[in-house]
Amino acid sequence: MAEQNSNSTQRPVVIEVKNLYKSFNDNHVLKGVDLELRKGENLVVLGRSGTGKSVLIKILSGLLKEDSGTAIVLGKSVSSLSELELRELRQKIGFSFQNSALYDSMTVKQNLEFPLIRNVRHLSRKEINLRIEDVLDAVGLLQSLKQMPAELSGGQRKRIGIARTLILQPEIMLYDEPTAGLDPITCIEINNLINEVKERFHTSSIVITHDLTCAKTTGDRVSMLLDGHFVRTGTFEEVFSSNDERIKSFYDYNFIN
Amino acid sequence: METDSKVKKHLISRKIDRFFIKIYKTSSFTVRYFKESFTSPHEVGEFVQQCYNIGYKSLSLITLTGFITGYVFTKQSRPSLAEFGATSWIPSLVGIAMIRALAPLVTALICAGKVGSSIGAEIGSMKVTEQIDAMEVSAVNPYKYLVVTRVTASTLMVPILMMYTGLVGLMGSFLNVATSEQTSLSTFFHNAFERITMLDITSSLIRSLAYGFTIGIVGCYKGYHTTQGTQGVGKAANAAVVASMFLIFIEEVIIVQIVNWFR
Repeated sequence: MAEQNSNSTQRPVVIEVKNLYKSFNDNHVLKGVDLELRKGENLVVLGRSGTGKSVLIKILSGLLKEDSGTAIVLGKSVSSLSELELRELRQKIGFSFQNSALYDSMTVKQNLEFPLIRNVRHLSRKEINLRIEDVLDAVGLLQSLKQMPAELSGGQRKRIGIARTLILQPEIMLYDEPTAGLDPITCIEINNLINEVKERFHTSSIVITHDLTCAKTTGDRVSMLLDGHFVRTGTFEEVFSSNDERIKSFYDYNFIN
Repeated sequence: METDSKVKKHLISRKIDRFFIKIYKTSSFTVRYFKESFTSPHEVGEFVQQCYNIGYKSLSLITLTGFITGYVFTKQSRPSLAEFGATSWIPSLVGIAMIRALAPLVTALICAGKVGSSIGAEIGSMKVTEQIDAMEVSAVNPYKYLVVTRVTASTLMVPILMMYTGLVGLMGSFLNVATSEQTSLSTFFHNAFERITMLDITSSLIRSLAYGFTIGIVGCYKGYHTTQGTQGVGKAANAAVVASMFLIFIEEVIIVQIVNWFR
């Protein structure tokens, strides 16, 4: 484990968050968050609902703006980028939404084509189809090409959502509650898919979740977000060996209830 | 540490601040349309699709409304004109009424109800289900794809629908005239257009362009700023109709005033 940790610290940092603050009116969600994601690792951000986990990745993708602090993604400070620069950066970031956010008036194929034909303009029709087949194969849904999102199950929608983010071949994946609302078996499939994506597409990922099974299965490191701060970061075992009552109660609630 | 609560102190009062913020947001949303319209890439496919949705799919409702307007207007005008023995003036009266006032206004109000609500609800539901955010993070410009296409299509389709309403309204009027007196279609149309000037047609076209733009931009703005989930979608659709109708009437008064200076 020590060797693995030393290897990972030698890898370049792809996301660096320093002293990040974010409030919504009087609700102070993030209160000085620091975080580092290294190339090729899966970092799980754990925490209860409403602790600002999703806000954190929305700031990283430029959907929200921080009140203060810095969020540096692939060497660029997100909030200081122009619209054009942000669009270029976003081509390297995949964002998988909690509710999948598939375009419900388009077929699965059109959903996958949509970002591709608008961002990679030199591709031929054959290359587009190959890229679509490649990502659908990666998520195990090659047969769903002509289906509408409404015809898919919750798990299938999540997979297609992930496929849509993979189509631009991102360097970083941001998963927002990938297992929320899914049955236990589908949760396991999604967890495995997150690991497969990392291996096959060589991505670095932040996984936002409150599901401990997901955290244990997918996380190389786990960071526990409580009351607007990261209270502990390390491997799953390191985090939950803590004597902090708040971490203990989070663990007990998940595994006992 | 500078937080939101410290930054967001009210400059005048909460309500007045909100009012000016709203005006600023609406203006920048509108200015952005002109900025984005002239920069490539253009979403041609989506624009054509929206022209089909706004133009072709409104035809049945526009046909019915235009025809009935022309027919009923003629029927109601006949007794008053008959008192003065002036029923022969009916075609020119209906022609002037349809082209100058009724066709642009009826078309705009029908489109505000049908198109405005549909745009508001569609974009609103995309907003609350994070589909617009999904476009953003996929490095696609949602404003260009959703707003520019719909506003441009609405701006171009409403004048075309207005001309169609005028034509169908005159057909309705002709049906009423033909049941009471002997007249041919060509004579009726000749009389109807006899007193219509180029200024009448131009002013109607300009008004329809303004109404079409208003319907599109208001629908998109309300949809784009939807909050509060599914309830918010309903509110956005409703607000799109109410706000665009309100603005259409204000524009009607202003443009008619301006046109009358040139008469």
